[in-house]
Amino acid sequence: MTDTPSDHIRNFSIIAHIDHGKSTLADRLIQSTGALTSREMTEQVLDNMELEKERGITIKAQTVRLTYVAKNGETYILNLMDTPGHVDFAYEVSRSLAACEGSLLVVDASQGVEAQTLANVYQAIDAHHEIVPVLNKIDLPAAEVDRVKQQIEDVIGLDTSDALMISAKTGIGIDTVLEALVHRLPAPQGDAHAPLKALLVDSWYDQYLGVVILVRIKDGRMKRGQRIRMMSNNAVHHIEQIGVFSPRMVPVDDLGPGEIGYITAAIKTVADCNIGDTITDERNPTAEALAGFKPSIPVVWCGLFPIDADDFEKLRDSLGKLRLNDASFHYEPESSAALGFGYRCGFLGLLHLEIIQERLSREFDLDLIATAPSVVYRVHRTNGAMEELHNPADMPDPSVIDHIEEPWIKATIMVPDEYLGSVLTLCNERRGQQADLTYVGNRAMAVYRLPLNEVVFDFYDRLKSVSRGYASFDYAMDGYEEGDLVRISILVNAEPVDALSFIAHRSQADTRGRSICSKLKDLIPRQLFKIPIQAAIGGKVIARETISAMSKDVTAKCYGGDISRKRKLLDKQKEGKKRMRQFGKVEIPQSAFLAALKMDA
Amino acid sequence: MEPFALYIHWPFCLSKCPYCDFNSHVRERLDQSRFAAALRQELAWEAARLGRRPLGSIFFGGGTPSLMEPQTVADLLADAARLFDPVADIEITLEANPTSVEAGRLAAFRQAGVNRVSLGIQSLHGDALKMLGRQHSAAQAVAALEIARKLFPRVSFDLIYARPGQTEAAWRAELRQALALASDHLSLYQLTIEPGTAFEALHRRGEIVLPDSDAGAALYDATAEEAANFGLLPYEVSNYAAPGRESRHNLTYWRYGEYAGIGPGAHGRVQVDGTLRATRRHRAPEPWAERVERDGHGSTDEERVAPPERAREMLLMGLRLTEGIDEARFLARTGIAMDDAIDPRVLDQAIDADYMVRRNGRLCATPEGRKRLDSLLAALVA
Repeated sequence: MTDTPSDHIRNFSIIAHIDHGKSTLADRLIQSTGALTSREMTEQVLDNMELEKERGITIKAQTVRLTYVAKNGETYILNLMDTPGHVDFAYEVSRSLAACEGSLLVVDASQGVEAQTLANVYQAIDAHHEIVPVLNKIDLPAAEVDRVKQQIEDVIGLDTSDALMISAKTGIGIDTVLEALVHRLPAPQGDAHAPLKALLVDSWYDQYLGVVILVRIKDGRMKRGQRIRMMSNNAVHHIEQIGVFSPRMVPVDDLGPGEIGYITAAIKTVADCNIGDTITDERNPTAEALAGFKPSIPVVWCGLFPIDADDFEKLRDSLGKLRLNDASFHYEPESSAALGFGYRCGFLGLLHLEIIQERLSREFDLDLIATAPSVVYRVHRTNGAMEELHNPADMPDPSVIDHIEEPWIKATIMVPDEYLGSVLTLCNERRGQQADLTYVGNRAMAVYRLPLNEVVFDFYDRLKSVSRGYASFDYAMDGYEEGDLVRISILVNAEPVDALSFIAHRSQADTRGRSICSKLKDLIPRQLFKIPIQAAIGGKVIARETISAMSKDVTAKCYGGDISRKRKLLDKQKEGKKRMRQFGKVEIPQSAFLAALKMDA
Repeated sequence: MEPFALYIHWPFCLSKCPYCDFNSHVRERLDQSRFAAALRQELAWEAARLGRRPLGSIFFGGGTPSLMEPQTVADLLADAARLFDPVADIEITLEANPTSVEAGRLAAFRQAGVNRVSLGIQSLHGDALKMLGRQHSAAQAVAALEIARKLFPRVSFDLIYARPGQTEAAWRAELRQALALASDHLSLYQLTIEPGTAFEALHRRGEIVLPDSDAGAALYDATAEEAANFGLLPYEVSNYAAPGRESRHNLTYWRYGEYAGIGPGAHGRVQVDGTLRATRRHRAPEPWAERVERDGHGSTDEERVAPPERAREMLLMGLRLTEGIDEARFLARTGIAMDDAIDPRVLDQAIDADYMVRRNGRLCATPEGRKRLDSLLAALVA
């Protein structure tokens, strides 16, 4: 099965917005080429992580090899590459796309193009893909085929005269998709006799096999028993198993140019397998690595602390296990006076953060507190030194800071025009700078430059709520710029609570300070004495609330028979107080931290 | 030598009230004479090791001690008078429930030597009595109270307030009605959900909702205000009396004086061989009786109470009293000076917040401080 000449191979990916039918189409293609019988089909074969299924998103790249007998009687190998669809994984998406020659652009015929689709389709264009527009759900009464075709032409600039009309759900037009893949997509190019040059598309940890690497062969051949070299870190491995996904793993002897498959090589952790790396033969290496390799860099950081301090070890082990499978996520120990021992963790974006947090709680049964997400600031000291700051608690004294730079993004927002006003207001509140505003039919496309820290602060939730869920949003990093940034400390009973401090633009400081103080006031249970809650920049208090004292807490009956019990209770409280010393006199319940850190305004 | 107090526990009730977590038991059939004999035997045993000393008060608690045969009460009082040196004006209290049966025996208890009764009336509203699982009606309670007031020089009764759904106006009205019937002492308790009670299960399921702490505080303040209008002043968190008519027996507990406890589950704090001991009797009635019959007493483990523990005990009891704690007595009773027993920073804060006052050699919680005493103590103890 590896003797397929490359002109009978087609490698493609599917680009679509969430819910526009990517997974259903993939399932349908698998089924109609007979890769799996209908009995073997489980819903959405490709998204195999529980979380992926639930959220309808793809986290790891997956692939499936389909054997298709075309109407011309020839047999073709169609490799479907399922790519992560989210902006957080933009780099991973670009590497997956680099493994293919073409894409199906799937658009819901009733919804039209969404922001996320746009970003991915531009990436496909950058990867020189042949793109076949596919209108899905044409059987729905709300389908507006002509309008959506026009929109694709206007917004993306693709010719839609040959767009395919399908319904993945009912099977309408699936045959036209398969034929289009054969006839409209180019075959992969490559020299079977050149030294091995393969793209490391993705990797994941398998309990039984160790690390499994997804590869796309560009030149040369990859064989079982071969010694290979990773060109980014010069690590040498010995291929133990090589195979293809049908979609089950099927071992083969070797893979040639244009093929997509997997290898295992007794690799312990995915951290040794950098996405986008070039794999070559150790003894007969290729002269030049593939272009576009980038090490992954976290853009959003937050602290993760176990709610139960005894779970710290478990957290450490769990993070280690997760990192086996996700090298893009970083962690380092952190300790907080308020929250104890935990880890400062770096993520590719907010979704990535959410996914890791959710996996920790689901797969490892950990209850965690996450501190407010922070972006990576560049702090320029007066002595000329620059340092990257990803924890507000580490902010140096203002007297030694010359200036601070913050990361900006370029955001694309698509929204029905009746909500445009509120979306623009939101962007302006978040220090946004409008770069472009265009209309397609009754949908507007706004392009804004925004500071990333304004986006990590509940921007998604607000966007969803002001547009009643109709706005779609995507972004790309857009460099660093100097900003008037300050650290806001939160003081409870005059003691700073490190885990609640955050960095904000000076213009937002008052509002945010007030909002968090008033929130804490409601969240912290009343105590023996009244407690001031303050937000401060340096020594200057910018907001203040007071939690009034508890009104009544006394045992009604206490006689001679009750002394022992009551005293033992006091003994215990006294012990507890010793351990709580670091919290000062105020007990801040974990639930208050959780809610305060959510920060939704 | 300061007179000590003697507590005698009768652990049986006709039925278990859903709010009660006391050591009380319901028995279909009960060998009264066996328990009477065991109580007398244990009293003799305790007296033998305590030696003759002045006795200031006796308290029959329960359970429901009004279910005891009056003769048992008479025998125990005679034993106590023989074994100790009762002070001339000894206070002898018996807890009684206001059912008609028990009201009928009050005269016999008076004759046995009881000079003060404390009636478990709990409410003057029929529906509240039903909710609280009481066996008497409001009319029976009033009748029993009238009988008691004729028979005894001193009468107190208990009420439970801050009941589910009880408004401040309704409580004030009920309390005024009660105050009109009262003599010189009342115990007014806020309903508390105790672990292991029937109410706890209901509370957990949300079937009982108590007033929140703001409402509880308002009810507490209203209680003191109404009682004061009738000349009854709060001398302890939940106890109100005309000046000089406080329960001397209970004052012994709160002043951290010495008391001996006889009967199942009874606690004591007595000086034996120069050390203060926490004494405790076996809780379950029958095993307690067996032990007494076998060993002469039903004591379980007895602990020496070390100075820091004494200090905490005296703080937690003494600050319940309006009079607070005499600091010289505190040092004498616990071996620890007040300043070493409490956290000075918390004390300063508490004084600033008007929760405590310290003057004339006494440390007192103010009414505001007493209202929050559990939290205050937790913060205050060093």
